[in-house]
Amino acid sequence: MTDDIETRVAEIIAEQAVLEPGDVRMDMTLEDLGIDSLGLVESIFAIEETFDIQVPFNANEPQSSAFDISSVASIVAAVRQLVAQQHPA
Amino acid sequence: MKRVVITGAGTINALGQDVPSTLSAMAEGRCGIGPINVRDIDRLNVRIGGQVTEYDPDEHFNRQQIALYDRFTQFSLLAARQAIGQSGLTFIGDLAMEAGVVLGTAGGGVNTWDENYRTVYEEGKNRVHPFVVPKLMNNAGASHISMEYNLRGPTYTVATACSSSNHAMGQAFHLVRSGASRVMVTGGSEAMLSFGGIKAWEGLRVMSRDACRPFSANRNGMVQGEGAAIFVFEEMEHARARGAEILAEVIGFAMTSDATDIVMPSRKGAAQTIAACLRDARISGDAVGYVNAHGTGTSANDKTECAAVADTFGSHADNLMISSTKSMHGHVIGGTGAVELLACIMALKDGIVAPTIGYEEPDPECALDVVPNEAREAKIDVALSNAFAFGGLNAVLALRSA
Repeated sequence: MTDDIETRVAEIIAEQAVLEPGDVRMDMTLEDLGIDSLGLVESIFAIEETFDIQVPFNANEPQSSAFDISSVASIVAAVRQLVAQQHPA
Repeated sequence: MKRVVITGAGTINALGQDVPSTLSAMAEGRCGIGPINVRDIDRLNVRIGGQVTEYDPDEHFNRQQIALYDRFTQFSLLAARQAIGQSGLTFIGDLAMEAGVVLGTAGGGVNTWDENYRTVYEEGKNRVHPFVVPKLMNNAGASHISMEYNLRGPTYTVATACSSSNHAMGQAFHLVRSGASRVMVTGGSEAMLSFGGIKAWEGLRVMSRDACRPFSANRNGMVQGEGAAIFVFEEMEHARARGAEILAEVIGFAMTSDATDIVMPSRKGAAQTIAACLRDARISGDAVGYVNAHGTGTSANDKTECAAVADTFGSHADNLMISSTKSMHGHVIGGTGAVELLACIMALKDGIVAPTIGYEEPDPECALDVVPNEAREAKIDVALSNAFAFGGLNAVLALRSA
């Protein structure tokens, strides 16, 4: 399950960045990947659809949102947490 | 006051996906109205329209663009590409700073509204794609043309129902005539042939289920179309200095409001607008050889419009030709005046007056030369284009041959 979340988030981000999923590294930032503000909201939409979760994110104040987008790894961690909260096993 | 000429034209509509194919269809009196392909058509009472067929967005736009472009924006961009290409203009420096885009659309991204209402109401989902707002907004078409061609001057969208594109082109004409800009890109676009777009029109009970037959005694309503037409309006000396081909000159524009009824047309309001347009163009009615009618094919519009034309032109009303090309491409709503301006240009430039097709029985209340069923050759010096919208908003343009 853990690897699955990482793989699927990487796929979503790769699609927005027009890259192969294998080229998305966990230490990359959205800026490194060339994902702009519309690309970010589209990625969050795809994450919500894929994992059936609600992502608390306000584009007006990304720093203070509970959803940490500072790197691919932080996004994966945030998604993992939200999946655990919203779909407890 | 500057003189204003047209140096580029582009279109996509039920008759063709460029200007030459559209004009040859109009000259042949070909009908672009037929059975339509719309989701849940079995729940619609009206099943015909002037739909753009054999159209694949993937041939024109990449995946990211399609995610952002509603069908009406796609139509706007395709028509603008042809018009700006024909004009030969590139927008850099001072010209880019003053040149802008004024477009007409009544509904904007209707398909985007429709699809996403389905998502939240029909499918019960609680989220929609993040691009819904930038995709459906009425100014999306104008903004994307501005972005594509670096047009940084006055750019906005006019929404006055079925007069939208005539109002838009009138505004562009004013901007160039006043000297505020040497070039404006203008016209209109509409893509309302969706389940919701047709269902709403059904409710008014003004739609035909079989054909659009303007001015014919057995006419039984309007038929919706879709598409866009875009033009380059340019200051005449600027166009001449660079040796551009001039398609026609725009010589006058008038707009009024009936201030009476939200849907019924007004004979007096229409007549006053036509007369005001002639005054603005500083010509007498006798100079007009062709009127592209609003001619919706409804009982009320066609008889009111013919009476208004008779009032304005007096005995000359029997000498001029008046036709409705909506019989061929359908009522393109907010884009209709722009598509119909092509018929005016054909009359002035090529000497071919487009017919009113589907004409079967004379109506004594529409006793003008409506160019029934077959195009006619004639030398036309001045043509008018009428638009009389719901809400009582009238907009008439006058063009002269170059």
